[in-house]
Amino acid sequence: MATRTIRVDMIARVEGEGALDLHIREGKVTRAELRIFEPPRLFEALLRGRDFREAPDITARICGICPVAYQMSAVHAMEQAMGVEVGGPIRDLRRLLYCGEWIESHALHIVMLHAPDFLGFPDAIAMARQHGDAVRGGLLLKKAGNGLMRLLGGREIHPINVKVGGFYRVPDRAEFASVEEELKRARHFAVQLLRWVAGFTFPAFERDYEFVALRHASAYPFNEGRIVSNRGIDIAAADYAIVFEERHVAHSTALQAVIKGRGSYLVGPLARYNLNFDRLPPDIQALAREAGLGPVCRNPFQSIVVRAVEVIYACDEALRLIAAYEPPAAPAIAVEPRAAIGHACTEAPRGILYHRYEITADGSIREARIVPPTSQNQKSIEEDLRVVATRDIALPDEELRDRCEQAIRNYDPCISCSAHFLKLGVHRR
Amino acid sequence: MAPARRPRLAVWKFASCDGCQLSLLDCEDDILALAEVVEIASFPEASSAMSKGPYDISLVEGSVTTPHDAMRIKKVRRQSRHLVTIGACATAGGIQALRNFADVDDFIAAVYATSRYIKTLATSTPISAHVPVDYELHGCPIDKTQLIEVISAFLAGRKPAIPNQSVCIECKQRGTVCVMVARGTPCLGPVTHAGCGAICPSFRRGCYGCFGPMARPNTTALAREWRLLGASETDIQRVYRTFNAATEPFKTESEAHGD
Repeated sequence: MATRTIRVDMIARVEGEGALDLHIREGKVTRAELRIFEPPRLFEALLRGRDFREAPDITARICGICPVAYQMSAVHAMEQAMGVEVGGPIRDLRRLLYCGEWIESHALHIVMLHAPDFLGFPDAIAMARQHGDAVRGGLLLKKAGNGLMRLLGGREIHPINVKVGGFYRVPDRAEFASVEEELKRARHFAVQLLRWVAGFTFPAFERDYEFVALRHASAYPFNEGRIVSNRGIDIAAADYAIVFEERHVAHSTALQAVIKGRGSYLVGPLARYNLNFDRLPPDIQALAREAGLGPVCRNPFQSIVVRAVEVIYACDEALRLIAAYEPPAAPAIAVEPRAAIGHACTEAPRGILYHRYEITADGSIREARIVPPTSQNQKSIEEDLRVVATRDIALPDEELRDRCEQAIRNYDPCISCSAHFLKLGVHRR
Repeated sequence: MAPARRPRLAVWKFASCDGCQLSLLDCEDDILALAEVVEIASFPEASSAMSKGPYDISLVEGSVTTPHDAMRIKKVRRQSRHLVTIGACATAGGIQALRNFADVDDFIAAVYATSRYIKTLATSTPISAHVPVDYELHGCPIDKTQLIEVISAFLAGRKPAIPNQSVCIECKQRGTVCVMVARGTPCLGPVTHAGCGAICPSFRRGCYGCFGPMARPNTTALAREWRLLGASETDIQRVYRTFNAATEPFKTESEAHGD
């Protein structure tokens, strides 16, 4: 039997670096492992002994691509621990800030990281020579998301304005004027972007995933809701550890999360969309249908289309929140420490992000637990790889490798959150 | 006339959050133009076309926390004419350098059930602890305008025009009323390197030092002011011990406070 080994040093166009090991023996895929070599930064340890009010600034540094997600899960968990509920305009401003991050992060992934796979380019810069309008439109969209983050957060990476209880300073209505204009233009580009990606060719691939996302009584989920799945999970964030567990596997510095007794699950745009299609306004549902999506999408290669739908939603939601905005009486409500445990789950661009903190009476963090989206998707990614590689086993090594890399990028894995060095080796024996 | 060879740029990641290299992609108005004048030879986060060195400029994000990375940075240095560190991790060790003040095995035990698979060093160190560095850009995260300035300066063979003063000067420049004087809000601005544009005070928040120490800061005098404003010894230790904790004089000042 001929033996073939293919190795590329790094999978590009993901946030962070990791590796994939694919073993093929006598025509069968025997192993598909997503190897994560992120040098551990040990956040859960370095948070111990810090003040509960420091958590949003410190945990933001886990990920430069989705710092708002970390800040939001942290402040909600701390507020739950201290028995405080934040509503009204502060709640709306948090949602608005999250819209900015979704727009920025999704536009980055669609145009700069994922689209080049479908069109056969190494990167967006090379792609811009033939698809200049799409790339420039995507960059404008990204810029609009960043503009919203700058206005509300002070800067786009590691915003400084989020605190437990609210914000340090809130804008007045007039300050939204230029961002509002930019978002209206961005919305137009978002619709064009959706139509552009809807025209890509998608491999016929579906799996029967367990989708897990937040679900809120009335809104498409950002900050709030119960954790639900298409197989009956329906719990509060506080019960996360009853249903899910993290496992430490040898090939990864990221812990892998699974549903106890069942195994892998999928979080992120596909899960959110499938579990919350009825929460999207009718005109966005219509745009999704026009782009070839039904109310449920089980093809992870089409996640790029779902992401584009979510970008339009985030633009519309941001414009709605801006139009309705009245500044709160105070930028934050007072939060006093007490000995308590707090949990929260919010929807990062890549899926649910769970935080749990144990706080002592003086407000120091005694214990922290953080489960990022990519740790939760890691097992699903590996299972997808096994199916993709088995189905496309006849492809030459290079094409098989490209297809596998694309399958990984379907998840927009944020390896800095959970992972590091993607080294792809295909071993055939 | 044949076009001149474009200078070759590479971007490298060590232990970090990706935010500083994202700053390059956040230059939405400039990135396509930059790619015209510079050959982006290796930037794995943005491109699967990775070409081999040597490179004219290497931008290095992240700190060294593993034996493997301590070797890897030496290889990066050998291939790079100029090596520029971007951000607090690469320049100062980052937030992960808090392990330097603790027992790293305790840290690992807090995160993982077994340390069997974890290979890490006892400390997180800046790039300059391992190889010579041509320029260090501060910030957690860096400021993207400063990043473009540094790249342009190296391309033109001049010194980057990056001021080395404190955040206080930036507050004065933008007309922000001093939060410490006017509101009694403890602020690290008087000892912190400028570069962010004094964002926090403009949001009525005290600076928390994410750009690290300025040249010759008086950290002790500022700590005294913080005490007068009601900060505890623990508060002072915590604020000097964040994203630039391993850098002098923040390191020494933090050790003078606490319980």
